[in-house]
Amino acid sequence: MDIHEHQAKDLLRDFGVPVPDGAVAFTRVQAIEVAQELGGERWAVKAQIHAGARGKAGGIKLCDSTEEVGAAADALLGSNLVTLQTGPAGKKVTRVLIEQAQPSGAEFYIGIILDRALERICVIGSAAGGMEVESNTEGVIMETVDPAVGITSFQANRLGFRLGLAPPVVRQVARAITGAYRAFRDLDATLVEINPLMVTADGKALALDAKMSFDNNALFRHPQINELTDVTQGDPREAQAAQQGLSYIGLDGNIGCIVNGAGLAMATMDLIKKAGGEPANFLDIGGGASPERVANAFRLIVSDTQVRAILVNIFAGINRCDWVASGIVQAVKEVGLNVPLVVRLAGTNLTEGLRILRESGLPIKSCDDLSEAAEQAVKTLS
Amino acid sequence: MSILIDETTKVLIQGFTGDKGTFHAQEAIRYGTKVVGGVTPGKGGMEHLGLPVFNTVQEAVQATGATASIIFVPAPFCADAVMEAAEAGLRLSVVITEGIPVGDMVRAKRYLASFPAGERLCMIGPNCAGVISVGKAMLGIMTGGIYTRGSIGIVARSGTLGYEAAAQLARHGLGVTTSAGIGGDPIIGSSFVEVLKLFEQDDETEAVMMIGEIGGPQEAEAARWVKENSSKPVVGFIAGVTAPPGRRMGHAGAIISGDADTAVAKAEILRSCGITVADSPAELGSTMASVLANR
Repeated sequence: MDIHEHQAKDLLRDFGVPVPDGAVAFTRVQAIEVAQELGGERWAVKAQIHAGARGKAGGIKLCDSTEEVGAAADALLGSNLVTLQTGPAGKKVTRVLIEQAQPSGAEFYIGIILDRALERICVIGSAAGGMEVESNTEGVIMETVDPAVGITSFQANRLGFRLGLAPPVVRQVARAITGAYRAFRDLDATLVEINPLMVTADGKALALDAKMSFDNNALFRHPQINELTDVTQGDPREAQAAQQGLSYIGLDGNIGCIVNGAGLAMATMDLIKKAGGEPANFLDIGGGASPERVANAFRLIVSDTQVRAILVNIFAGINRCDWVASGIVQAVKEVGLNVPLVVRLAGTNLTEGLRILRESGLPIKSCDDLSEAAEQAVKTLS
Repeated sequence: MSILIDETTKVLIQGFTGDKGTFHAQEAIRYGTKVVGGVTPGKGGMEHLGLPVFNTVQEAVQATGATASIIFVPAPFCADAVMEAAEAGLRLSVVITEGIPVGDMVRAKRYLASFPAGERLCMIGPNCAGVISVGKAMLGIMTGGIYTRGSIGIVARSGTLGYEAAAQLARHGLGVTTSAGIGGDPIIGSSFVEVLKLFEQDDETEAVMMIGEIGGPQEAEAARWVKENSSKPVVGFIAGVTAPPGRRMGHAGAIISGDADTAVAKAEILRSCGITVADSPAELGSTMASVLANR
């Protein structure tokens, strides 16, 4: 789960990470009020979306008067911001963060991630603030944290020294790093990124931008994090699917997929592509899916106006082909069927499942082979 | 032979009395698995499915001599159940539970690693279909009927692709020694390499089918291990060629975070290490059949 920059900064501030003073605004009037309360002569108005690279896309505006703050907020709020990270559809701006503009300084990158090879939390630093850590690993330094101990002072200090900082600044940066690590650990984050961490000419460290993501599986013990969800930033179909026990990801193609198991769901998308088509979605109905859950999956897929054909691919282990078939038939009778439907069933209660499909009298094309099913689905489009 | 489990393995069910524990315990027993009891804290002293229920794994081990468990404990408490199994001296725990916080797994694995190598719990999963030694024992949620006995070992992150592999192998007259679902989470108990090592030592296993997916370093590690150490043919498949970067594809661990995480990059590494990679998930069985025919 992702959150906004202003939310990440509020959380990190509580863990002792120095962040600029600021507050969020949802309207032009609020933005002006925030700027007045903050005081000063120069403000940054920052569009809050769940994606980076906002600066280059015009999502961050520096203002020299409260009037300008109001105008900037007006321009950003309600707009659709397209950055290098949002994809072509962009993200809707419904809130802005107002901060006092900071004097420039040296910029560093601090990231905290889970290293899957080491199976440990790692703190990454680089003297090249603003960089993309994935594409530029040169000069990146790393400390691996023992989960039984947590980050030690010598590790946090070593990061500071290796970033080339002067001793008094090292102490400040080490404190920021330690706070960020604790926030990561205590809140079950999957990512904390401070980019840039700025060190001002007078030797103060400040997190100019911050990003945090959280482990969905741990939200049950962090209701305060769960409340930070912003539904405007995600795909509403994905949120709806999650509520129904379905794992769904919308894609750009036109063949809707209903599959059980994440691996088979990915493989089904791959087969569609291999047969010359494009999958409209990833969808895993999960284990032990009831006819109701299958029917919900079906409704979700037909509600996608891009979908021109539907491929159902089930290898039932703890699922049951008869329940899947019943769910499909039930949903088709309710919502109708305006596109070709290809169904491949295998595994538990196959015969019964096939019988239900056959006796429904619906125009369902049944295949028992995996690649044939994908080819049939693609062929229906031509 | 087979790996990890056979008909003599004494098995406990952790999370025995819940719906899932009950259902799959019945299936396991029906398959021939030697289930000797279960653990549900607070229900010790009860009998369930004609078997004793214990409050703690330690008591259960003392009373039954169990060496393995299958875990259905709900996600918030599951990492604790794994550590309890390790502390009680079990040698194998298969964790079916999905949705364990990754931070819990980091700590649990650190705990497991604190035991000396000879006394350490082998953990399979979490978020997996489990393990089946065909015709002998089943510690999982698969349906035993899919599998025919034979000489191919299967190791897969995905449960359903493991089923698919077994069914396709059967169509080519090939059976399975053991199939291990190792799970779709970012941090898992045993990775491909650990299971491949066991297949390498198993006399009955002639070849191995390894089914990976996007995300994480373990397929590449496994490929390098195969190149250096494996005397048996390995056929691979990587799911997720069409998966967009940065999105979790159902499995918590199936996310492309860098170039090496993609299906194309992983298939490339497998090939460069001498593994024959199936081009399509519909060609798992036929690829294995042709590799064996050309040996």
